Amino acid sequence: MIRAGLAAALICTSASAADMPAPKSGLEYVSPETRALQADDFANPGMLWVSGGADLWRAATGTSGKSCQSCHGDAKQSMRGVAARYPLYEPKTKRPIDLQVRINQCRTERQGAKGLGFESEELLSLGAYVAHQSRGLPVKPPQDERLTPFIKNGEKLYFQRMGQIDISCAACHNAHAGQRLSGNLIPQAHPTGYPIYRLEWQSAGSLQRRLRGCMSAVRAEPFAYGAAEMVDLELYLMSRAAGLPIETPGVRP
Amino acid sequence: MAARIMVNAPASAAKGEVIEIKTMIAHKMETGHRMGTMGQIIPRDIIHRFECRYDGALVFAADLFPAVSANPFITFTTVATKSGKISFKWIDDKGKSSTSSVKIKVT
Ligand code: HEC
Ligand code: HEC
Repeated sequence: MIRAGLAAALICTSASAADMPAPKSGLEYVSPETRALQADDFANPGMLWVSGGADLWRAATGTSGKSCQSCHGDAKQSMRGVAARYPLYEPKTKRPIDLQVRINQCRTERQGAKGLGFESEELLSLGAYVAHQSRGLPVKPPQDERLTPFIKNGEKLYFQRMGQIDISCAACHNAHAGQRLSGNLIPQAHPTGYPIYRLEWQSAGSLQRRLRGCMSAVRAEPFAYGAAEMVDLELYLMSRAAGLPIETPGVRP
Repeated sequence: MAARIMVNAPASAAKGEVIEIKTMIAHKMETGHRMGTMGQIIPRDIIHRFECRYDGALVFAADLFPAVSANPFITFTTVATKSGKISFKWIDDKGKSSTSSVKIKVT
């Protein structure tokens, strides 16, 4: 956990986009042991979710009697690069849509199955399996003007102070990346490994769970899972991470 | 969802060779020491026993305790003696037993 007292010491620091060094994955801020865990597919616990997702991909379900595979074929081809470009603009809702919600949309609208809950084992597994197909590919946010206002809003939220501790994301992740906050090094907040396996959680979790953790740490009321603000933040974080390779499943402390 | 298990073992080996086997299973390993939101104890549910059999004979076993973290990763070595089946079994406090196996060719 991030300690409030230490966070308070950072409040006075101003932060701007200009403070941001060259983008570096959060993987570069973890211990050699954690890095080794991520690198070995037979030791990386996140692979349990990837392999569970592979099973779900092939399982027929819902009123359509179809599996993801019936429509999309081999995920290695059809899902390659998909995670690197999400969130995308969804004309139906006139808003960005992230990968988890897209997967749920396919389940409810096309497969005729029940939607999966945020942080459910099934949604995390499918999300990990789909995102894993982009491992090694650079984050490539879509050049889509319709997304601009939402990226701007995500950026605004990122630089806005929040919580009782009254501190912005940028005050930690831009101004103090690479410095210590209790036991951990502060990463640059690049969302390249999600869903990640977090040792503290003893489980895989989504980017939104990670963001909610940072918000609680500064004693802010976290945005709800699936909230528009969450998706805007995800979108902005992906735009900052352009060019970094997707790592799913990442391992973090 | 079905039990999620990962096993990594060589598909072939020379007779007498020491082979490394890596196993991992998804399990929450609930310690029995945590409390739920209403202050009640969450009952212990851990995998307490792991066994590996090579062609039916027990070659490796482990007793696990609440301090073992979730999704236990167990890696060990054994000697390749003959072609056959290497099987794995995990047993938890609810009596659920999960199994998996691999084939090995020994030349
Ligand atoms: C008080 C400092 C602080 C603030 C404020 C903060 N974070 Fe974090 N954040 C951290 C630390 C420390 C970690 C790494 C913790 C760990 O892995 O144990 C982290 C991790 C992350 C990660 C994970 C990066 C990876 O490699 O997976 C993301 C993404 C992130 N934060 C985004 C945000 C966003 C968005 C906000 C604002 C809503 C925010 N953080 C606010 C300290 C902070
Ligand atoms: C009945 C057919 C059907 C089924 C079943 C189905 N999908 Fe889809 N899926 C589609 C179609 C059609 C699209 C839209 C393709 C497009 O826009 O190019 C799509 C789009 C997607 C996308 C977005 C791809 C992109 O490039 O943006 C993802 C991710 C996806 N599906 C995942 C899944 C998963 C996971 C499952 C199983 C839970 C599933 N789908 C089941 C037909 C299906």
